[in-house]
Amino acid sequence: MSGSPVAVRADSVSKKFRLFKERNNSLKATVLRGRRVISEDFWALRDVSFEVEEGETFGLIGENGSGKSTMLKCLTRILRPNEGSVTVNGKVSALLELGAGFHPELSGRENVFLNGAILGLSQKELRRRFDEIVEFAGVGPFIDEPVKNYSSGMYVRLGFSVAINVDPDVLFVDEVLAVGDEAFQRKCNEKFAEMRGQGKTIVLVSHGLGVVQNLCHRVAWFSHGHLMEVGKPKDVIQAYTETVQPNRKLDEHGKPRWGSGEGRITAVELLDGTDRPLDKLHSGERAVVRLHYELDGPIEQPVFGLSIRTLDGFEITAPKSRDVNCVPDLLDGAGHVDVTFDEVRLLPGTYDITATLSDHSSLHDFDVRQDILRFDVERGAYAEDSGVVSLGGRWRIGELSGG
Amino acid sequence: MTTLTAYRASKELFLNLTLRELRSKYKRSFFGWAWSLANPVATMVVYTIVFKYFLHSTPSPGHPSGLDVFALFLLCGLLPWNFFIASVNGCIGSLIGNASLIKKTYFPRELLPASTVGAALVSHLIEMGLLIFTLLCFGNWRLLEFLPVVVLLTILVALYGLGLGLMLSAWNVFFRDIQHFMGILTMVWFFMTPIVYSLAQVPAGARTILKLNPMTDAVLSYQAVLYNGHAPGWFELGYFAFSALVTLAVGQAVFNRLEPGLAEEL
Repeated sequence: MSGSPVAVRADSVSKKFRLFKERNNSLKATVLRGRRVISEDFWALRDVSFEVEEGETFGLIGENGSGKSTMLKCLTRILRPNEGSVTVNGKVSALLELGAGFHPELSGRENVFLNGAILGLSQKELRRRFDEIVEFAGVGPFIDEPVKNYSSGMYVRLGFSVAINVDPDVLFVDEVLAVGDEAFQRKCNEKFAEMRGQGKTIVLVSHGLGVVQNLCHRVAWFSHGHLMEVGKPKDVIQAYTETVQPNRKLDEHGKPRWGSGEGRITAVELLDGTDRPLDKLHSGERAVVRLHYELDGPIEQPVFGLSIRTLDGFEITAPKSRDVNCVPDLLDGAGHVDVTFDEVRLLPGTYDITATLSDHSSLHDFDVRQDILRFDVERGAYAEDSGVVSLGGRWRIGELSGG
Repeated sequence: MTTLTAYRASKELFLNLTLRELRSKYKRSFFGWAWSLANPVATMVVYTIVFKYFLHSTPSPGHPSGLDVFALFLLCGLLPWNFFIASVNGCIGSLIGNASLIKKTYFPRELLPASTVGAALVSHLIEMGLLIFTLLCFGNWRLLEFLPVVVLLTILVALYGLGLGLMLSAWNVFFRDIQHFMGILTMVWFFMTPIVYSLAQVPAGARTILKLNPMTDAVLSYQAVLYNGHAPGWFELGYFAFSALVTLAVGQAVFNRLEPGLAEEL
């Protein structure tokens, strides 16, 4: 770990919940049963320690009930850990539930001031930022209406706008990135990027592994209340998905493979236009990805899929045979499937192909071969300096006529 | 006193929550604020009819003020009582009523009960302003020199109500019986406090017992300065101040002990 100051520290945090079988919810019950409450202890967090540096974007991942949301609530002081301690340095804002503090009968304006005060803004600051908050939320003309008349979108946008304009040093976010329409999402993402740029610390809980992978500097993985691993997003997410996926094992090349196995992808080849194998290709050339399959019995409507990723895990494209209705009613035996790309517009770099065979709903995987084939792309027809793919834009410079 | 610093740091939030309490209370009602006055006026009218005309309860005239108006005598005790009981009952529901706030945001939780006391205080000050104005119209000028005592009493009633409210609000989260129990206790407590009658009408033996009730001492002090126009009994005032501060300390201690579990329990 580098020498940056610590923004958030969890020090052997444990949190216990009591699961009541029969509980004393009334005085009568307490008097009759005394203190003998039948309950079981459930440790939602067990001895969790980690540090988040200033300016870091830190993700918490894990399955439902793994303790990641409990952790976030301990960090925001809503819950008090039974053991251990939590330290947060700097001004805190939390997006646990947008608009949680809104009072339905009060107007948007009154609620902005109330909610801002809960988040720790002074009235003077709030008055100064008020226009910005309303503008960001895009509720303009409705600001003096009671918020119970707001659409759920407006409600959430106003909540988000207040929380984000608190100008926190440390922001805690729980699964609320997925709110609002497309345009608002974009604004939120810009705001997050801006906060990251300003060196703010962000701790977020998310089920969206893609979001976590793209936003976070480091990721912590929780399972059954224990902290399993902290590290680079790619490594931790890899370890996490490997554990979570059933029937998961490594193939003979050490690549992750999972699925029920009634049908298998035995090999994947990269071929040029004339069926000759390639280990590298030039940007803009024709290429064929050939999936060899082997089925133990007839499979109805099998779907083949590819996923092409950069080495740091970013998914560039993930075509499936179902996308183009290339799905046989029944398939049996062995054979191969060709996916032809007339022009591979990937820019120079190294890429991994994942191949999948699943049922028509894509909910059931017969076989998934992660990163089964790696290939290089070299300079060719497309030679842009950055990015991963060229869209092949044509340039033309128009000059004013008369010359 | 960590509480004091917490209150100071959260002064703005306290004001905001109090405002919210006040604004939401009479939102969407046609007469709005007028309702907060309607209640004591109606009580005054009914009690005057029942106790003065039906039951012939006649407290002795105020001395040295010379006031002899049952309705005014009643209000001098009733308004502080209403303030006290509105504070306590407001507090009791304040945590449960704001469960979503407690579960989703962090701020000093004491502010929720405190803000209901704050809101009750605002209504109370308006009512007291009107009562004092009326008393002046009836010629009790002597009360002016005791106004600081009224201010002190108001603060003490607020602290007493807050202390009890802190304790009961936290307990109520764990045992919802509290709010039902309070309904009965309020009624008994009201009649065990010399509001509709004066202490002089009570058998001597019962007086001592009644005076153990801190609200008796509070109401006696109010009646002394507002109705009679003489200095309060310092023993009564002292006893009430002592009770209020002890209650606040105990209430705060109970609240602090239960506070960590609130978010889980709600």
